[in-house]
Amino acid sequence: MVTVTIDGKKIQVEEGTTILQAAKKLDISIPTLCYHPLIEPYAACRVCLVEVSVRGRKDLITSCNNKVQDGMEVETASPRVLRSRRLNVEMLLARAPAAEPVQRLAREMGIDKPRFPIKDPNEKCILCGLCVRACEQVVGACAISFIDRGTERKVMPPFGEPSEACIGCTACAHFCPTGAITYEDKYGRQVIHSELYLGPSTAIRVPIRQAVPMVPFIDESACIHFKTGKCQLCVKVCDRQAVNHEMKEEEVEVEVGSIILATGFKPFDARRIPAYGYGRLPNVITALEFEHLVNASGPTGGKILLASGEEPKSVGIVHCVGSRDENYNEYCSRVCCMYSLKFAHLIKEKTEADIYDFYIDMRCFGKGYEEFYHRLLEEGTKFIRGRVSEITDLAVTKEEEGKLIIRVEDTLLGVVRRIPVDMVILATGLEPSVDHNQLAKTFNISCSQDTFFLERHPKLAPVSTFSDGIFLAGCCQAPRDIPDTVAQAGGAAAEALALADKASFSLEPVTAEIDENLCSGCQICVGLCPFTAITFDREKEISVINDALCKGCGTCVAACPSGAAQQKHFRDRQIMAEIEGLLLV
Amino acid sequence: MSQAGFEPRLVGFLCNWCSYTGADLAGTARMTYAPNIRIIRVMCSGRVDPQFVLKAFREGADGVLISGCHPGDCHYQEGNYKALRRYKLLSRLLEQLGIEKERFRLEWVSASEGARFQQVVNEFTEQVRRLGPLNFKFNGGSHE
Repeated sequence: MVTVTIDGKKIQVEEGTTILQAAKKLDISIPTLCYHPLIEPYAACRVCLVEVSVRGRKDLITSCNNKVQDGMEVETASPRVLRSRRLNVEMLLARAPAAEPVQRLAREMGIDKPRFPIKDPNEKCILCGLCVRACEQVVGACAISFIDRGTERKVMPPFGEPSEACIGCTACAHFCPTGAITYEDKYGRQVIHSELYLGPSTAIRVPIRQAVPMVPFIDESACIHFKTGKCQLCVKVCDRQAVNHEMKEEEVEVEVGSIILATGFKPFDARRIPAYGYGRLPNVITALEFEHLVNASGPTGGKILLASGEEPKSVGIVHCVGSRDENYNEYCSRVCCMYSLKFAHLIKEKTEADIYDFYIDMRCFGKGYEEFYHRLLEEGTKFIRGRVSEITDLAVTKEEEGKLIIRVEDTLLGVVRRIPVDMVILATGLEPSVDHNQLAKTFNISCSQDTFFLERHPKLAPVSTFSDGIFLAGCCQAPRDIPDTVAQAGGAAAEALALADKASFSLEPVTAEIDENLCSGCQICVGLCPFTAITFDREKEISVINDALCKGCGTCVAACPSGAAQQKHFRDRQIMAEIEGLLLV
Repeated sequence: MSQAGFEPRLVGFLCNWCSYTGADLAGTARMTYAPNIRIIRVMCSGRVDPQFVLKAFREGADGVLISGCHPGDCHYQEGNYKALRRYKLLSRLLEQLGIEKERFRLEWVSASEGARFQQVVNEFTEQVRRLGPLNFKFNGGSHE
């Protein structure tokens, strides 16, 4: 331990501590520009100058990279320090007049204008080298460095050309204290309320705001560590030592007796309808984005705002986007009418906006739903019956300027209308989840015409599938709202439990059997069985069927040349009799 | 060859999981299709013994339809492929016997394709109607 005196205050610190760190412990602030706690100090900006005296010898040194010595006396604001620091800031201001932190320091020191010539009034870079050090020490990419000397010195990738070493992590821009390094937003459309899907995302994030469990994860594809093997800043800053880069996703095999598929849906991609302008017009948003926007823990704290940050004066809600449309999905997505009504109600509650609902039919089928619709009618939401043909920002009249114009045929009035609004919410329909087809193949279940999973019987077995022991719950079977999903999930769980509860398992009685006396032992059936239920008994020289494995397809029966194999309930003579009977008349 | 007022008699072997359910769907959806087809349910199109087809023709059917799940969708993994193999062979045999190959058909109809089942049956009925009655005498057969 060493003892130092800073501005008259004594403190004991560990050996190797820098003067800046020691001062920080005493709550003495020393201005710096090029210092970052996670990066090796470099003393480039010379703003952190202090005056030290060791054994009576006074000296001006930078505090960020000089370590304390025993008995050192430090003055952070002596007249000499202030004079030198002021000069340094003045020179920095001349070099980078547009750098905001330099301007602030200069203002504090009462510098109006530097006495030195300004080379470029828009220059922001103070040549502190934080970016270079970050790229080397944190990222490990070493894609940028200082080039040239003196007044020509600047930060650049080699030869001033895009470097192959750059991994595009934007760490340089994040570490830059003056904003001299910028990067283009590669997501293209950066709208305040579409953060959920489109905003910039970091490598460590919580998937969605209401995620359960509420735990962040590391996106391997975006994390610098998985590209260069370095960085791991998150490990350094996490007090709980919770970050572990070694963790790997793993596949776990679990043996189960029954499976409930509840793989859900994905929202219809509104970009598929170009006429609605989603992705092109910033104030056209999808229902899920609006849900995110209006959420109290959302990006605007629950305020309904346009991309410009203003409150909308009028909002249009377009029903049946991607539903009830022969070009996309013919089926009704069931939930959109009601969530659209909820949106209309929330907008009414939170803003003064006029609300237009464009619907084909109002489908308020559930308990209390029709009543809610009537409440909305009384609240003054304007309902227009007709499918929206186009959403555009091309104004025809003066009132339409700067607005989104919804073109729709009002089928109750029998006229085509143009309705200018500030914000449009697209009530996107429901589609089967992304890997739906793969799942269908994996679990050997069929899909109905609307591509959702097919139940065994629409009325008698609505949660079962054609594969025994596999049950369905929720939107993977058909679009449905939360109450219906919960009810169906309960049904599926009960079916699965009923299977588990039984001590015995009943098989379909249609299995095949082999008549020992007729079997010639030709073994044609053995190779045909897809379930390897048939084995050949070498002693008796006949084929034997394992009842537990036989699923009763009857392929072996159809192939048996001697008629020894027969399928219960589908015996040859039964079917022959059926044929005869059918063709009697 | 075709005769006025001729109504073909068709036999359809439908697999339990796809085509029979598809036919059921056509029924519950109140789709009407030619009443000429008489349906026999089997668990899988792979259960259809070539003898069934011959038997049907022998008993006076003018056409035989086998219908199963789409390739890859078989409830028993590959029964429909076995049906396809047998169909190819049997078609050749029928031709050699003098039965036009248009009278024998294999179709894939899934459980959700009620409309497709309707279309298949209507088409097949028309096809056989154009061919006229099966003019075939089995040796020593009782059928005229």
